[in-house]
Amino acid sequence: MMDLTLKVWRQKNADDRGGFETYKVKDISSEMSFLEMFDVLNEELIREGKDPIAFDHDCREGICGACSMYINGRPHGPWHANTTCQLHMRAYKDGDTIVVEPWRANAFPVIKDLVVDRTAFDRIIQAGGYISVNTGNAVDANAMPVEKDKADAAFAAAACIGCGACVAACKNSSALLFVSAKVSHLALLPQGAPERKTRAMNMVAQMDKEGFGSCTNTGACEAVCPKEISIENIARLNREYIMAGATSDK
Amino acid sequence: MLDSKIPSGPLDDKWTYYKGHCKLVNPANKRKLEVIIVGTGLAGASAAASLGELGYKVKAFCFQDSPRRAHSIAAQGGINAAKNYQNDGDSVFRLFYDTVKGGDYRAREANVHRLAEVSVNIIDQCVAQGVPFAREYGGLLNNRSFGGTQVKRTFYAAGQTGQQLLIGAYQALERQVALGNVQMYSRHEMLDIVMIEGKARGIICRNLVNGELERHFGHAVLLCTGGYGNVFYLSTNAMGSNVTAAWKAHKKGAFFGNPCFTQIHPTCIPVSGDHQSKLTLMSESLRNDGRIWVPKQKGDTRKPNDIPEEERDYYLERRYPAFGNLVPRDVASRAAKERCDAGYGVGTTKQAVYLDFKFNLINKYGKTEATKQGIQDPDTETLIRLGKEVVKEEYGNLFDMYEKITGENPYEVPMRIYPAVHYTMGGLWVDYELMTNVKGLYCLGEANFSDHGANRLGASALMQGLADGYFVIPYTIGNYLADEISVKPIPTSHEAFEQTEKAVADRINTLMNIKGKQTVESFHKRLGKIMWEKCGMARNANHLQEAIIEIQQLKKEFWTDVRVPGTINEMNPELDKAGRVADFIELGELMCKDALNRNESCGGHFREESQTADGEAERKDNEYAYVAAWEYKTDSNWELHKENLTFEVAKPTQRSYK
Repeated sequence: MMDLTLKVWRQKNADDRGGFETYKVKDISSEMSFLEMFDVLNEELIREGKDPIAFDHDCREGICGACSMYINGRPHGPWHANTTCQLHMRAYKDGDTIVVEPWRANAFPVIKDLVVDRTAFDRIIQAGGYISVNTGNAVDANAMPVEKDKADAAFAAAACIGCGACVAACKNSSALLFVSAKVSHLALLPQGAPERKTRAMNMVAQMDKEGFGSCTNTGACEAVCPKEISIENIARLNREYIMAGATSDK
Repeated sequence: MLDSKIPSGPLDDKWTYYKGHCKLVNPANKRKLEVIIVGTGLAGASAAASLGELGYKVKAFCFQDSPRRAHSIAAQGGINAAKNYQNDGDSVFRLFYDTVKGGDYRAREANVHRLAEVSVNIIDQCVAQGVPFAREYGGLLNNRSFGGTQVKRTFYAAGQTGQQLLIGAYQALERQVALGNVQMYSRHEMLDIVMIEGKARGIICRNLVNGELERHFGHAVLLCTGGYGNVFYLSTNAMGSNVTAAWKAHKKGAFFGNPCFTQIHPTCIPVSGDHQSKLTLMSESLRNDGRIWVPKQKGDTRKPNDIPEEERDYYLERRYPAFGNLVPRDVASRAAKERCDAGYGVGTTKQAVYLDFKFNLINKYGKTEATKQGIQDPDTETLIRLGKEVVKEEYGNLFDMYEKITGENPYEVPMRIYPAVHYTMGGLWVDYELMTNVKGLYCLGEANFSDHGANRLGASALMQGLADGYFVIPYTIGNYLADEISVKPIPTSHEAFEQTEKAVADRINTLMNIKGKQTVESFHKRLGKIMWEKCGMARNANHLQEAIIEIQQLKKEFWTDVRVPGTINEMNPELDKAGRVADFIELGELMCKDALNRNESCGGHFREESQTADGEAERKDNEYAYVAAWEYKTDSNWELHKENLTFEVAKPTQRSYK
């Protein structure tokens, strides 16, 4: 059991200036998840007649990508390849102080407390993160073999959960790891080939339009990615982008 | 009175006949028809994408911040399809038969057969979208096996199949958003159905960012809102998964089918303490390679690796030699409970059994790899090392997740697992066309009751969600909308919208103004405890009667003493939750009533009064071969309607996996 001090970013709404509030939590078990510790705190705040802390969360299995806390200066906290919801209190010891902030990026405006607006990611997907195949158009699934290595690499890129930790970790708030994961996933598969060029061009254009910064290859994104998406994908996106620019008929 | 609209003719031809004879809507008219879709999981996203592609004007709603986060994303193991790529004797008929039998003969034959037929199209569609299913070195698709079957028909993407399928559907959905065919409303929660002249014509929803109520018109409304396992508080469902949309529809006249049919999944990480907010599943696919056991000796406190082979009881292999560790979920869950209740449970709480991978790590994967790599007479350590690499590729993410949650390494020590609420087979009653008994109101995916009977087989939920959305609703909705082409969009100033919105606003105001002492969460926990103890893995008349009274008392207490902080016109997750828990409480009562009415054991529903001498479930086909469809009358008052089930092809027998 441990007692902890939490410094949490509180902000009533998008227009509020916001600031840190300090809370003490007591008798936290090392078996609790980080978000269960927040549940305990929120229950206490409600009983005291205060406003509980708003945060995004849903599956609590590390796959939906909703949770998004910036913990002691690192997205999703100290563990490697992990989401906030899978972080457990074993990571901390009695007396620790933990600072919790929302994702910070112009393209992810704060909605309330630790909740940010990540719809920019949806709009980037709308710009080309798909294969244009209407329901019913498909041929037999085994009609087009895919090299196992390529299928595995496509899967590794497709494992992205769209949480935005990459953006939060980047000093430029670049979304390139997210964009490159989607471009790679689809470019590596034969099914994605017909739209390769337009996909890379359009998704990058939308990313710029949303106000994400540029990539300067620091690799901070890869280091915090809960799904270990590799920056090799960024290299692949760069190749796709250059190739599209050089060979496009438009 | 309940017309299931099953087409006549032989079972194999019904769907083909239906498709050839249902009404069509021409492309110009489709553009004039508006469809509302609530929920963007596999069923909702696939329906929204497909109807958008057809040219309907679609509005899609989800409570999450993005449609990509719906809880279908958490499905791990795979999706079934009768492709027979493995040449191991699979066929549409086998998948149909396994599903009806697995559901313990409480599903509708015609629906299940259609599901098996379109299963093959789903795989084709997903591969075309770029879903990266697991492949063999030759580049063709790989399969694994799941419980309740003797063939390998499950397609998968490591332990993240649901994620990959949902991303496929989400991308198809976003493509339609970009084309202007679908309007997407995220962070919106549906709070009521608007009825005009006996038809569903729209919804009232709440914008969860600013708290404002909104009115939306639709010529038809589709609920694709998932299951209600969170009525038990602890389940493998996401925190936000709820029954509210389906419950509002129920109170507007839609019948609720088989509400007590709950799937308790055998392989979940056990509860560790009172703080627990949710439970985590370990995929059924692990039962391909893991062997389940408990010590032969009661109260054995030795570490699992110190217990020698001959002192372990592989109780599933012992009781069910034909299916062994791959018996269906309901059978595996009850067997685990039986061992733990008898005092053989393991771990600190003694409410757990072992799922052990060592045997297959060495004997299956290790030896195969050693042979492949030409290693002669490998020692055990080498075999374990080689085996680990293969297991990592198959289930790596699940093993990592287990270690993060428990702090134990499952490559080294057996996993501890225990059953947990996972899926609800019950849901809104729908006919063959997926329409509820309310005209123009459809229900797809887990939210409806239709295809899984009293027990769902593994890897069939993804199949059903996508079947409903990609391949069923695009046909069946036309049969209804063809007669609606002359109906102009109804302005949302119509009095029905006005009144429905007012009722929603009144309820929110009431909740906010109770200003009691107890938190929403505390009520939810108490409800969950009643449900788990008295309407869980084993049920009896006494307990169910007690539960009904306790839930009625809880409801009273909730509406006089709940505390909802904050205000209405802001982001207020506690208010969202309060509305959902209030609905769960009402649902809990109905589930107990349904469980009480069904005095037989079938699938996941086990009535202690109805079992064989050796403790197996005993079905009573003469009395209960029907769908219990409940009509809401007034507070705590329902009327039971029965849809009798007839089995022309899959003749009911007492299930045996021995």
